[in-house]
Amino acid sequence: MEKIKKELEVTPELVASHGLSEEEYGRILKILGRTPTYTELGIFSVMWSEHCSYKSSRMHLRRFPTKAPWVIQGPGENAGVIDIGDGLAAVFKMESHNHPSFIEPYQGAATGVGGILRDVFTMGARPIANMDSLRFGPLDVPKNRYLLDGVVAGIAGYGNCMGIPTIAGETYFNEIYNGNNLVNAFTLGIAKKDRIFYGTASGVGNPVIYVGSQTGRDGIHGATMASEEFSEGTEEKRPTVQVGDPFTEKLLLEACLELMSKDLIIGIQDMGAAGLTSSSCEMASRGGSGMEMDLALVPRREEGMIPYELMLSESQERMLIVAKEGMEKEVEDIFKKWDLEAVTIGHVTGNGMLRVKDGGVVVAEIPAKAIADEAPVYDRPSSRPIYQDSIQDLNLDLLPVPKDLNDMLVKLLSSPTIAEKSWIYRQYDHMVRTNTVVYPGSDAGVVRIKGTNKALAMSVDCNSLYCFLHPKAGGAIAVAEAARNVVCSGARPMALTDCLNFGNPEKPETMWQFKEALEGMSLAAEELNTPVVSGNVSFYNETKGLGIYPTPVVGMVGIMDDASKAVTQYFKGEGDTIILLGETKEELGGTEYLRAVHGLQKGLPPDIDLKAEKALQDAVLEAVDAGLVKSAHDCSEGGLAVALAECCFRGEEEPLGCEVSMPIDRLRKDALLFGESQSRIIISAKPEDAGQIVGIMSRHGIPCSITGRVGGDSLKIRIGSEEAVNQPVMRLKETWLEAIPKMLRT
Amino acid sequence: MRFAVIVFPGSNCDHDCYHAMKHILGQEVDFIWHKEGLFQKKYDGVIIPGGFSYGDYLRTGAIARFSPVMKAVDGFAKGGGLVIGICNGFQILLEAGLLPGAMLRNESLKFICKDVYVKVINEQTPFTRCCNRGDVLRIPIAHAEGNYFADEDTLARLEDNGQVVFKYCDKDGKITSEANPNGSAHNIAGICNETRNVFGMMPHPERCAEAILGNTDGKNILASMLSHSAIFTGACSIRYTDYKQDR
Repeated sequence: MEKIKKELEVTPELVASHGLSEEEYGRILKILGRTPTYTELGIFSVMWSEHCSYKSSRMHLRRFPTKAPWVIQGPGENAGVIDIGDGLAAVFKMESHNHPSFIEPYQGAATGVGGILRDVFTMGARPIANMDSLRFGPLDVPKNRYLLDGVVAGIAGYGNCMGIPTIAGETYFNEIYNGNNLVNAFTLGIAKKDRIFYGTASGVGNPVIYVGSQTGRDGIHGATMASEEFSEGTEEKRPTVQVGDPFTEKLLLEACLELMSKDLIIGIQDMGAAGLTSSSCEMASRGGSGMEMDLALVPRREEGMIPYELMLSESQERMLIVAKEGMEKEVEDIFKKWDLEAVTIGHVTGNGMLRVKDGGVVVAEIPAKAIADEAPVYDRPSSRPIYQDSIQDLNLDLLPVPKDLNDMLVKLLSSPTIAEKSWIYRQYDHMVRTNTVVYPGSDAGVVRIKGTNKALAMSVDCNSLYCFLHPKAGGAIAVAEAARNVVCSGARPMALTDCLNFGNPEKPETMWQFKEALEGMSLAAEELNTPVVSGNVSFYNETKGLGIYPTPVVGMVGIMDDASKAVTQYFKGEGDTIILLGETKEELGGTEYLRAVHGLQKGLPPDIDLKAEKALQDAVLEAVDAGLVKSAHDCSEGGLAVALAECCFRGEEEPLGCEVSMPIDRLRKDALLFGESQSRIIISAKPEDAGQIVGIMSRHGIPCSITGRVGGDSLKIRIGSEEAVNQPVMRLKETWLEAIPKMLRT
Repeated sequence: MRFAVIVFPGSNCDHDCYHAMKHILGQEVDFIWHKEGLFQKKYDGVIIPGGFSYGDYLRTGAIARFSPVMKAVDGFAKGGGLVIGICNGFQILLEAGLLPGAMLRNESLKFICKDVYVKVINEQTPFTRCCNRGDVLRIPIAHAEGNYFADEDTLARLEDNGQVVFKYCDKDGKITSEANPNGSAHNIAGICNETRNVFGMMPHPERCAEAILGNTDGKNILASMLSHSAIFTGACSIRYTDYKQDR
């Protein structure tokens, strides 16, 4: 009893300081039938935080399509799983580490990567590819340069050491992210289809084994911190950010995969957000059982830690395992080989209770289901922002078409959102594991699957300005574009994961954006037959009341049967024919052109016709399968002109020019060149194959025009008889290559 | 032939080296855990792969050199066995004193992953038999500490003895400071010991040894180790001559 007395007394102030509402506290009293202990209060507060409980989003996430014959595991587990044939499964998920990365960029980003890797290998999959999706404020603000530098180094530091290639990503710069950068990390792993492991506890008496790093005081209330807005004093939250140790995680990865190759365990779960608390009660809850643990047995790196701290610590590189009874020694031996601790700290019980002891004293006893699954669910009020009409209002008549379109193109290529990103991805090992068929810089990253002829293509995408201007269209476009990028590499999109970054859900405007974006994403995922198999919600991306643009990032995964057919966006040879697929409309709202050149973030984003999108993707895949496509590139930010330039730049290779002619049109010239109409792809092909491609396109009802040829050393675009763009492609490439390094040098 | 791929805690190119030797070159390959002080089988070559042994939290390779397996590697090397260290493996060979010099942080102070070009300076080693002198190979690097350093006397000795095997160069084979990705002394990308049986390089030949990955330049280096054995068994007509005489 001595120990319990040492615990703080639970007072209304203490309850409030844990971020629990009166109503939520009432619910706790009802579940327990008594006042909670300090430890119990801590357990409820982290498990019922927005970050862990999804209490504001849960009911809306049900809208997502989650099923398809190839889906083995949808949302709700550590990661989603799809069948990729040959007895193999792809296991993937994306997660945010926004708040920690803003407070402490290197460790915040590093542990974001560490966490998502554990989510994937805890399911028995060996991670083979990472991606990242990053957003920062403009680089002329010194703090943003510091954040970019730290975040990229953190992602590199962790992923490189683990030996997982980071093969693709996206980075946007916009002042809306000044106070809240976004760091979303994606991991994909490969497992044998019949050897998937789940976070479940069952079998009364089975041992509960703690493995990995020792527990320290780092990261206590990290999940709660991630469920609040930033305000003055955010710097003081630095201790809530965990410190990563990728070397230990690498050992943990190898030890876990060795463990899983044998028949020793029932279930395994990462101790991620809310650490020992979430892993224990989620495993017990999923298995419909209880769990008893003795905290006195937990390996720890500092003296004097109290049960509250042990339960809430978010120390990294730890896992909780439920082993088969009698297998403890074998489990311990495997971890010992890898110089890691494995300690039996409890056992599975049949009464459904999470019973936590500290030596002989019980410090918490709560029905596991009540904590894990009976968190409050809120249908928060939502309403369309009153500013919505005004931001959608764009009068192009007030905006004359610039005389010098060459200059506009140069400006766009030097906008950091469009500019080349090798300053970032050169710091990531993107080749380790020797699977990378398409390097970063093309529309999608591609990794072959050893032992098969297959490859997986993946892309992360979201245009958050579109989502701000029209969340439903923006959400649909995020899915469509991610799928289109995968298609451009020659793969069929199969399923997606998401990372839904939004502002404060207690504001009706945020909830409206959230619901609308989810509706758009759902419609697109249904039409493209790419169910949502996993994901993550990050609310409260607000500082001093100013929220970010709604940023629902989509990570799309596709399969190609023949890795040797992978396509890049780069033009391949002089004389090849350039074909533009899709329709160009007068759509300048929300474009990078308006933002970067005219300083306007207004209008309606481009229209998206999901049926047309699906037809386009099917048609391109047919042409790729027939071996007709030498390059394929999606038209996105910066429109046709920027997309053509990117085809010419050819990554690491010497650039190649091109000559393109557009018919005179009723469209404004700037809309023709820089508008961001959706469902458009630029492909190149041998001249003799062009006819066949046109045939395939017309069969699928895709508007398609032969617009030019590859060659020369200039990018030339004619509109009717006028030469709208004529620039040496080498000069353009230098502008595009130098933009970000130049800004970082100032 | 049979090769050993040494696995330290934190090695992460071990699977890549295994794949290249086994599935691309069709050789027998075993992983050897770093705690093994003796090789249980007879090996024709030892590969120390890249990665972050012990997390590289101290100097790269500084802890790995104390692993029991390094005794076995040392004995193997002293007996004339072929040892190749790639990236972190190269760093470990330096720390173990099997090769001279040391590694500094890259001049940019950042990790760099990209394709670079290297020029074959000495083709008369067991690791460059399949190359011609002056060949330019495209091979990726992926490291934060690849800035090779040695004092002037050592560098002069390495150059004179033909121990400099690869130098960073541009696409046309010119050895320029612009083509030097990390600040390495004399643009050095790879060196061998005096007896030429121990070799370290920062670029990763195992990452460019298959057509599906778009580049097979690295295969020349790995395959050279096979032809070397062929030389001594008389299956190959090329004789191993002294580098200086050859000049």
